[in-house]
Amino acid sequence: MLDATPPSVLLRAQNLTKHFPILRGIIRREVGQIKAVDGISFDIHRGETLGLVGESGCGKSTVGRTVLRLYDLSAGSLVFDGVDIGEMDQEKLRDLRPRFQMIFQDPQACLNPRMTVGSIIAEPLVEHGRLNKREREQRVEELLDAVGLNPSFRNRYPHEFSGGQRQRIGIARALALEPDFIVCDEPIAALDVSIQAQVVNLLEELQDKLGLTYLFISHDLSMVRHIADRVAVMYLGRMVEIGPVDALYRDPRHPYTQALLSAVPVPDPKVEATRQRIIIEGDVPSPANPPSGCVFRTRCPKAMARCAEQDPISREIADGHFAACHLLD
Amino acid sequence: MPDAAAGPTETVLEVDGLETVFHTQDGLVHAVNGVSFNLKAGELLGVVGESGSGKSVTMMSLLKLVAMPPAEITQGAVRFEGQDLLKISDREMRRVRGGRIGFIFQDPMTSLNPVYNVGFQLMEPLRVHMGLNRAEARERAAWLLDLVGIPSAAERLNDYPHQFSGGMRQRVMIAIALACDPKVLIADEPTTALDVTIQAQILDLVRKLRHELGMAIVWITHDLGVVAGIADRVAVMYGGAIVEQAAVEELFANPQHPYTRSLLKTMPSIEADGPEKLYSIPGQPPHLGKKPSSCPFAPRCAESFETCARANPLLASIGSQHLVACHWNPVTGGPRHA
Repeated sequence: MLDATPPSVLLRAQNLTKHFPILRGIIRREVGQIKAVDGISFDIHRGETLGLVGESGCGKSTVGRTVLRLYDLSAGSLVFDGVDIGEMDQEKLRDLRPRFQMIFQDPQACLNPRMTVGSIIAEPLVEHGRLNKREREQRVEELLDAVGLNPSFRNRYPHEFSGGQRQRIGIARALALEPDFIVCDEPIAALDVSIQAQVVNLLEELQDKLGLTYLFISHDLSMVRHIADRVAVMYLGRMVEIGPVDALYRDPRHPYTQALLSAVPVPDPKVEATRQRIIIEGDVPSPANPPSGCVFRTRCPKAMARCAEQDPISREIADGHFAACHLLD
Repeated sequence: MPDAAAGPTETVLEVDGLETVFHTQDGLVHAVNGVSFNLKAGELLGVVGESGSGKSVTMMSLLKLVAMPPAEITQGAVRFEGQDLLKISDREMRRVRGGRIGFIFQDPMTSLNPVYNVGFQLMEPLRVHMGLNRAEARERAAWLLDLVGIPSAAERLNDYPHQFSGGMRQRVMIAIALACDPKVLIADEPTTALDVTIQAQILDLVRKLRHELGMAIVWITHDLGVVAGIADRVAVMYGGAIVEQAAVEELFANPQHPYTRSLLKTMPSIEADGPEKLYSIPGQPPHLGKKPSSCPFAPRCAESFETCARANPLLASIGSQHLVACHWNPVTGGPRHA
C-alpha cells in the first residue's frame, strides 16, 4: 500500500467457522460434522484483490459463500463496511445484497438457458426494483459494452456464446447493481488458456474503473500471483499463511505453501530440469476428522512431536505476512 | 516400418495424414485435418492444444475409440508393429488396445467401473491379453499396484474405486494401462482433474516409470508447464492440425509459430513478476465446419498477411527436427516460401 495510513477495511472476518452436519438414518440424526471452514480470520481492504488458494476440499469456496452469507455462520463474526452481517437476518441482508455479488466457475451452469442474455443481466435490476423498463434496457446495453460484448447480443441465448463470452455475461450480471465487493469463485478454471487472459484482463480493467474489491478464489497459483495484491493459503479448513503477494511467493514460510508453490509446473524446460520439488506424500485427510494439533502434520515433511499436540497460532513474520507453524516460533 | 532399425531411434508408432470428421445435425465438423507424427521408442511426446484443437480426437481415432458414427476416419494411416491400425479388424484392434498400447483418460472416476473391485479391473487385461491364470494375474496385479505407489497393494486389490482418493484412482488407471507391458502409452490429460500437489506426485511417478519400463508415451495436455517438465518432444495443435513440432528445449527457446509464441506469452509466471496486463490472444478458436482452405490461426494472428487467407500452410521442416506450419518467417520478417 502506498500511503502510511492503513487502508480502510471493507470486510473483516474473525474466527469465521462453517461446519456442515453429517446426517444419517431415517430421522436424519447428526452423527458428525464436516469442518469445512474452521476458524479463520482475515481482512479485505477496499479496492484490493485478496487471492484465496488451496486444493480441492480445503474450504476456499465455502469461505466465499459464507462471507456473502449464502451460508449461515457456525461461529465467528463478519463485518462488511462497518456493519455486522454475521448474524443479520436474510430480510435485512437483502438491502445490502446489491453491494456484494458473485461470479461463478461454470458459466454454462450459472446462466439460465431459457432466458435471453438481456433478461439474465436485467434480472438483478428487476429483483431489486431499480429503474424502469427503458432505463433497464439502457443499463443492459451499457453493461454488455463494459464487458466487451456487442450490445446487440442482448436478444441471444447463452448457448450461442463461447465459454469466455458466457463468463463475460456472468460478470455483466454481477456488475448490474454496482457492487463494491465481488467474490470470484474460480472464474477462469473452466476456460482455455488463451481465453483466461482475456477474462482476467477484463476483471482488472473493471476493478480500476469501478473501484471494485475482489476475493479471487482459485487453484491456479500463477494467475493468483498476477491478479492478487495479497494471498491467503488454506489447508483443510484452516488458513496456514496470508501475506502480500510478492513476499508470499518469494519467501513462503509455511511448509504447505512451500510444497504447493514448488508443485506448480513452470513453462520452461530449463527451470523444470533443475528445480527442487517438494513432493508431499499422501492425500488430504477428511475434514470430518481432521488430525489433532496442526492439520498439515500428517503430510508435513518437517513435522515434529509438538505438531500433534498443539495447534500452531498464526504469527506475523514480516509486515502483514502471517503464517501458522511451530517452526516459526 | 521405414526405419525399423533397433536402437533408441526406432519408430514405434507412425501416424500419417490422419483425418477425422464428425457427422452432426449441423453438418460436418472437421475435427482432425491431416495429422502426421512419429513416436520413437522410449520417448515422451507432449501434445499441447486448447479444447477443440483435435488433440484428443486424434489419439482416440488412432485406436478407433471414437464412436463411429457420428465420427468417420476419412483418411490416413497409423502404422504400429508392422500393420495399419486403421485397416485391421475390430477383433485384432481389441488385442492392441489395452495390450501393446495402453490408454489413460482424464477422469479416473468415470473410467473405472464402480461395481467391480480394482483387482478384477486390473486382472481383466492380464487374463485376456497375456493369458495369465487367476493366481498369476493376481500376483502381477499386486505388483502393478505396488509399482504405481499404492501402499499395501495386495490387500487393496479387493477395494472398490470409491474407496480410493482421486490421486490414488489415477494411479490405479496408470497400473491398468501398464498392465500388459505396453510399447506405447497414450495419456489424455491424466493430471488435469487433480490438484497440483497430487499432479506433482503423478508426474514424479511417470518420470520414474518411463525409464524403468522403457515405453514410449504420448501425453496430451493443455498445460505448457507440465509439458516443459516431462516431454522430450512437443507437438502444438490448433484447429485440428499440428502447427509446430520440436524438441522441448527448442520449442520453448525458439518458438516459431505465432500461435505457440502467443500461447507462451499468455501464461502468467509463478516465478517472477509479469507484465501489468496479461497478453491475450484476441478472438475465438476456429469453427471447423469447413475443411480449412486458409491458415486456421490467421484471423487471430498479428503476423498474418495476404497469403494466409489463400492457402493453409503445410507443416515443413525449418531445420534440426523443428517443424512449423506458417507462411511467415519471423527471422527474415518476410514470407517463408516466397
